Amino acid sequence: MPPRQPGPASPAGTDHPAVDALLRIGSRLRPGTVSPDLRSLFLEGGRKGDAFYRDRWSHDKVVRSTHGVNCTGSCSWQVYVKDGIITWETQQTDYPSVGPDSPEYEPRGCPRGASFSWYTYSPTRVRYPYVRGVLLRAYREAKARTGDPVAAWAQVTSDPETARAYKSARGKGGLVRATWAEASEIVAAAHVHTIKEYGPDRVAGFSPIPAMSMVSHGSGARFVSMLGGTMLSFYDWYADLPVASPQVFGDQTDVPESADWWNASYLVMWGSNVPVTRTPDAHFLAEARYRGQKVVAVSPDYAANTKLADEWLAPHPGTDGALAFAMGHVVLREFLVERRTERFADYLRKFTDASHLITLKQRGDAWVPDKFLTADVLGAAAGDDAQARDAAFMTVVLDADGTPHVPNGSLGRRFDPAQEGRWNLDLGDVEPVLSIRDVRGAAAGEDAVAVDLPRFDLAPEAGAEHQGGAGVVRRGVPVTRLGDQVVTTVFDLLLAQYGVGRDGLPGTWPTGYDDASSPGTPAWQEEITSVPAEAAARIGREIAQNAEDSGGRSMILMGAGTNHWFHSDTIYRTFLALMSMTGCQGVNGGGWAHYVGQEKCRPVTGWAQYAFGLDWVRPPRQMIGTAFWYLATDQWRYDGLPADALASPLAEGRFAGRTTADCLVESAQRGWMPSYPTFDRNPLDLVAEAREKGVDPAQHVVDELDAGRLRYACEDPDDPANFPRVLTVWRANLLGSSGKGNEYFLRHLLGTDSAVRAPESEPDRRPQSMTWRDEAPRGKLDLLVTSDFRMTSTTLFSDVVLPAATWYEKHDLSTTDMHPFVHSFNPAIAPPWQTRTDFDIFHTLARAFQDLAVDHLGTREDLVAVPLLHDTPDELATPHGAVPEAMGRVPGVSMPKLVVVERDYATLADRWAALGPLTAKVGMVTKGVAFSPDVEVAELGRVNGTVRDGVAAGQPRLDDAKHVCETILALSGTTNGRLAVQGFERVEKRTGTELASLARDHEGKRITFPDVQARPVPVVTSPEWSGSEHGGRRYSAFTINVEHLKPWHTLTGRQHFFLDHDWMSELGENLPVYRPPLDLHRLFGDARPGSTDASGAPGSEGHAEVAVRYLTPHSKWSIHSEYQDNLHMLTLSRGGPTIWMSPQDAATIGVTDNEWVEAYNRNGVVVARAVVSHRMPAGTVFMYHAKDRTVDVPRSETSGLRGGIHNSLTRVLLKPSHLVGGYAQLSFAFNYLGPTGNQRDEVTTIRRRSQEVTY
Amino acid sequence: MKVMAQMAMVMNLDKCIGCHTCSVTCKQAWTNREGVEYVWFNNVETRPGQGYPRTYEDQDRWGGGWVRNKRGRLRLRSGGRFTKLSHIFANPRLPEVSDYYEPWTYDYDVLLSAPQGEHTPVARPKSLITGEDTKITWSANWDDDLGGSAATMAKDPVLAQMSDRVKAELESAFMFYLPRICEHCLNPSCVASCPSGAMYKRAEDGIVLVDQDACRGWRMCVSGCPYKKVYFNHVTGKAEKCTMCYPRLEVGLPTVCSETCVGRLRYLGLVLYDADRVLEAASVEDPAELLAAQRSVLLDPDDPEVVEAAQRDGIPLDWVLAAQRSPVWALISKFEVALPLHPEYRTMPMVWYVPPLSPVVDVVSGSGNDGEDARTLFAAIDRLRIPVEYLAGLFTAGDTRPVTAVLRRLAAMRAHMRNVNLGTEQDPRIAGSVGMTADEVEAMYRLLAIAKYEDRY
Repeated sequence: MPPRQPGPASPAGTDHPAVDALLRIGSRLRPGTVSPDLRSLFLEGGRKGDAFYRDRWSHDKVVRSTHGVNCTGSCSWQVYVKDGIITWETQQTDYPSVGPDSPEYEPRGCPRGASFSWYTYSPTRVRYPYVRGVLLRAYREAKARTGDPVAAWAQVTSDPETARAYKSARGKGGLVRATWAEASEIVAAAHVHTIKEYGPDRVAGFSPIPAMSMVSHGSGARFVSMLGGTMLSFYDWYADLPVASPQVFGDQTDVPESADWWNASYLVMWGSNVPVTRTPDAHFLAEARYRGQKVVAVSPDYAANTKLADEWLAPHPGTDGALAFAMGHVVLREFLVERRTERFADYLRKFTDASHLITLKQRGDAWVPDKFLTADVLGAAAGDDAQARDAAFMTVVLDADGTPHVPNGSLGRRFDPAQEGRWNLDLGDVEPVLSIRDVRGAAAGEDAVAVDLPRFDLAPEAGAEHQGGAGVVRRGVPVTRLGDQVVTTVFDLLLAQYGVGRDGLPGTWPTGYDDASSPGTPAWQEEITSVPAEAAARIGREIAQNAEDSGGRSMILMGAGTNHWFHSDTIYRTFLALMSMTGCQGVNGGGWAHYVGQEKCRPVTGWAQYAFGLDWVRPPRQMIGTAFWYLATDQWRYDGLPADALASPLAEGRFAGRTTADCLVESAQRGWMPSYPTFDRNPLDLVAEAREKGVDPAQHVVDELDAGRLRYACEDPDDPANFPRVLTVWRANLLGSSGKGNEYFLRHLLGTDSAVRAPESEPDRRPQSMTWRDEAPRGKLDLLVTSDFRMTSTTLFSDVVLPAATWYEKHDLSTTDMHPFVHSFNPAIAPPWQTRTDFDIFHTLARAFQDLAVDHLGTREDLVAVPLLHDTPDELATPHGAVPEAMGRVPGVSMPKLVVVERDYATLADRWAALGPLTAKVGMVTKGVAFSPDVEVAELGRVNGTVRDGVAAGQPRLDDAKHVCETILALSGTTNGRLAVQGFERVEKRTGTELASLARDHEGKRITFPDVQARPVPVVTSPEWSGSEHGGRRYSAFTINVEHLKPWHTLTGRQHFFLDHDWMSELGENLPVYRPPLDLHRLFGDARPGSTDASGAPGSEGHAEVAVRYLTPHSKWSIHSEYQDNLHMLTLSRGGPTIWMSPQDAATIGVTDNEWVEAYNRNGVVVARAVVSHRMPAGTVFMYHAKDRTVDVPRSETSGLRGGIHNSLTRVLLKPSHLVGGYAQLSFAFNYLGPTGNQRDEVTTIRRRSQEVTY
Repeated sequence: MKVMAQMAMVMNLDKCIGCHTCSVTCKQAWTNREGVEYVWFNNVETRPGQGYPRTYEDQDRWGGGWVRNKRGRLRLRSGGRFTKLSHIFANPRLPEVSDYYEPWTYDYDVLLSAPQGEHTPVARPKSLITGEDTKITWSANWDDDLGGSAATMAKDPVLAQMSDRVKAELESAFMFYLPRICEHCLNPSCVASCPSGAMYKRAEDGIVLVDQDACRGWRMCVSGCPYKKVYFNHVTGKAEKCTMCYPRLEVGLPTVCSETCVGRLRYLGLVLYDADRVLEAASVEDPAELLAAQRSVLLDPDDPEVVEAAQRDGIPLDWVLAAQRSPVWALISKFEVALPLHPEYRTMPMVWYVPPLSPVVDVVSGSGNDGEDARTLFAAIDRLRIPVEYLAGLFTAGDTRPVTAVLRRLAAMRAHMRNVNLGTEQDPRIAGSVGMTADEVEAMYRLLAIAKYEDRY
């Protein structure tokens, strides 16, 4: 652009001579210059030009903030303020540079964020506290009677009529204004009463994705955690957690920042619609193409990202695993068997379990893979390692001469003090063989056996529907014998699994790529996916060829389209296998790039200290969200999914006669997964009983369980003693967005009207290990509290609605996995009306609670049942992943650990508002890395000031959100170089390799809150994460593992192709395998996709109907449910809920564009308008994710109720493999591992409805 | 030669992701107020599609822009100025609000204020024109991402002109996005249409504005503009339009739509042009020659004669230097990858577009072409999912040759840069095949791909 200054006027061109005269007259009236040809009028604009627009542009200040929405954007924005009013926002462009040869991050943002300020003064803004009128009246009356808030709450909730009255009124209007004092008193009273009467684990908090606003999240999580309440997970609940990541990497999820896409020279967008869901990042993709990056889009519809791709593969929904499997077939054959690409082979040996040995066991007339061979089983040949403490966790490889070798880096070397310095990936002089056939010299032999492997791509035979999978393929592997073990390598099994034959091996092998009869081939996948075999083979080949040419810079950018399925862990394992076998993981520009709901809370250690109150009391209660809701909303009563219907045809019958709900109960009892509420008794009372008896509380629990007097709450979730009683939701829209099985929530958790259409399970489908009560409870929850700044389904159904400040009205911190910066929220205006920040809201609630707790609770002892945790020695609880039949009750081994903690309820608020002593005294641990922030805590006392007196006297103050920001930043290696170096030095002791240089040059760097208020600041490389930003490079996951030989946190210390836990064998998922979408017709009798049979649903008579796959991809016009109610976004779209469908399906049911339709299945009904477009494949409809019922949703003909949300047609289905715990990387950590709330396998029936709608 | 300076824009459609951030930030800054609820100075259209307002490109219907008469002279398509003056009280060519869309809101307050009742409260749509309940039947972006294509796509005026039929089926689906602002034309038909002399072109930078004091609300500009980028404020009764954010430009900031474009596809810069040649260039007989004519009006800011003439005509030296650095000049004239939108309207629009390249391969054929592989490069261009003829209908008055030339340059850049990226041997024939040197290709690559803030504006 030019520098500005006014230039002169000038003439220019002509028209019709007849009118020239007229114009000439007109021109005299204007002070400008008409061009001599009268074509145009020139005026000197300059600064005297049009004042109106200059006035409009003027403003008083610009404030940096961002949007703490659940999106990965973490974009820094400029918020404009004029006359004390927020006017609009535009993006900041001041991100630190990513270097001269790369595009920059500026200007991150999207249309949703750009429309945020609409909310500030919109009529959907919650301005005051509200309480449900029926409840408020009852509470006031009870309080007048009793004179005590807690007693009043007890009366209101214990009187069945009163309770039913306010619960059944939920969601039907009738919210009335209350004062902050009264609203917080009610909330506090409910908490106090519930803790006293039922136990603190009956209190729950739900708030997702801390990275989007760490203080806002942490302030409430801290409140709930310090009470002893349960914080519910979200990553797994959202089905965004790729379970394959802990399975394969032993890591929650770690991915490249988006600027690293630029480094890829081959990029596959697989089920990820980048322009829509990663709007601020999409430019890196567009720009990388100009560097010669080839881009492939894999999507069933013609999605927005397809526009940016060179090729488009359109598999049928949910069949992506078959496509990736066939690509793997091609890569293994062409790059590792016909020609052994040395780079790939070398990578497989060093960084994967490919060369590790698996024992085989006989089954019928063939063999099946069994377990990793470990030093204890190998015995003498393992040398000293056979006697090592954790020998059962030391896996074995074969040297080229056939000698067994126990390499460094396995789990057995991680925790045993005697193994210090050997937890690394250094293979020394050993070059392990990939295949038994690679053994040379005396030990070489041509021994081979046939192995049976499961396949799931065939329909089960009639009458065998409940026997699970569909078939077996018999293929051969070369083997060798070590002692009495017959072993082969993971690599040999992988070739067998993928159908890559080699000469002289027994079994049935594909005759070529065109052999559709044998799983693995391109032709086989074509029959499943419809992707041409030739295209599948070619793209697979190109991925590998590019990886070879570029040193591993092939990337799969994968998204919810492939991650939200029931069997997504298997889909993802086929993707990850492709990336591992081509040596792309841990390489800049290569590997997996999973972006589904993940936002990296970079200063994770500092945030966790604050959010879970670890500075005052440990451990906190953290629950797998999916299981919590599955039980709390009674979806388990309708489910009855037989676990063995999911099992392998080669299964041993462990799941026989059991439902997936039984698997959940077993997982809880074994301490694999957390389970809160834990027991059918108040945990405070359990300790009190023990103390009275003078026995150890843990022993008391074991005794009571043994005696049958105590049971796990999950065995009887409908016992009123086991209900969750109080739920606080903030920064979330559980009931309008994330709640899978929405209608079940309404019916059972809340006790109000619902459109559930399914019958409860018949007796033969009910869980064996759970108590069935004939009458299902309605309205389990006594209190639902929500803080929000806008009206959502969650606020509509809440009992108390607290008015929250928006993102432009508070201090907070923001980070993401998509970029390496930390930046800030700052208030452009003070919270208006009676709104308060989340931080202030929870401070208010803590004070109100403390006031009541002094008399009602005092100090109590609580017994916390803690599951077996990942990155701790708990991972050693299940040698060989062999699950013993007999349970026994050994806390911490065969059942949860039982830990007694003190809860000083009478000082809760005082402690909430100060940093407790444990941080400095005991230190902090993240992913097994310990930090000692003594210097930092002392410094925080000076930065934040210290508390004068009381329980927290002398401790750093946390009574201001900015104090918390400083604390989080001080207590993480990512924002404090001293801690990064300290952490690396401690890991070095364990690994015996050099790591600290990754952070040493930033040892003195301390990122403070004023720093991030001024500008986004790049983080320091820290052992909290697996990648490195060192030297200004782009972050990519696992570069530290690859470049510094640091093990992955898995059994072998490497990336796993093979998983040997008993349950994985039972499910037939030892190796990557294709599993099709669930057949809901077979499993539940739902409509078959494509069926036009009459459903018989109310109102459907005389209407044509069709059953279709029902997908809920992320929307262009919202971030989850936020913005979908924003007038700007509604104006740019269709103005309300829509269902996208193909012209073919539209024709089948006689609907045209913009007509009203109803979609219904066993779970509920939605009403929406149809968008008919040829970019949709026939047989599949989209209802974009998180269409709330708040805007333009009429009443349904099917239910007579307000039409539902997108999740009215979904419900929770549990997969047993997600419930495994206590074994190596298959161990629980919060939001790391747990059953997913998947929802993509659903089928719905859809029809045109009456076009006269009523509201 | 009369040298004048023009602020111009290039949008690289190949990078556009259709996110509409530009539309929203523009809306929030400029038209988020009464009277202009339906107005989007910046909008983004999915193509194929009808655009906003619907079918605005159908000049047989709307009569915007200029036509060349038999005597080789230009007249306003809607009947010349005389006719316009005679229609001043009854303008038949004016789009109605329904051609844009009827703006609406919702009774959101019901969500909080609803008394206890039988059903969950819901916010219903209310017309912002009448205040009454309304049913939403069209919006500012109704056919986004081919939405409703079965019902609406056939009315796309560009599709209608194509000789090949485009089928609305999944296998052959294509789409791309077309962000639009006012074109700030060198030969603006809106300015020529205004009977009040209220519309003008700023002399120093060519921005076309409506003087709010002088506007009498005749709305001849609305019909005169073939892009339908002048709007009527129904509260003030005045015309309003994109101002190219002059209050920002004047303090050295790019336009809102440019700076907030997360696709980083907008370039803003100065071009110098010969004002004496505009009419002649706009009047060439063959519409296919208009692109070349329009390019020829622009003056090379590095040409010493132009520099001297510019100084003579009062353009300060630092403006001349800005024109020399201008990314817009580079994309239009040095690399020749930017094309004007509908040059056949003869308004000499000054917002230019790099046409979209991808994707190059279709879904059903098993065989693909590697978009970056030099060997198959140009074969792939001929099989673009987006028909070149459609792009030609937008940018070159139907002549496919200039479009193909641009796409070949983009493809050659990818092929050349892949070799650089992978460190393989350079093949100078790649650049040569599109009439460029390797250095030129790499310079174009830096501008299009690296695209630093200071290089875009």
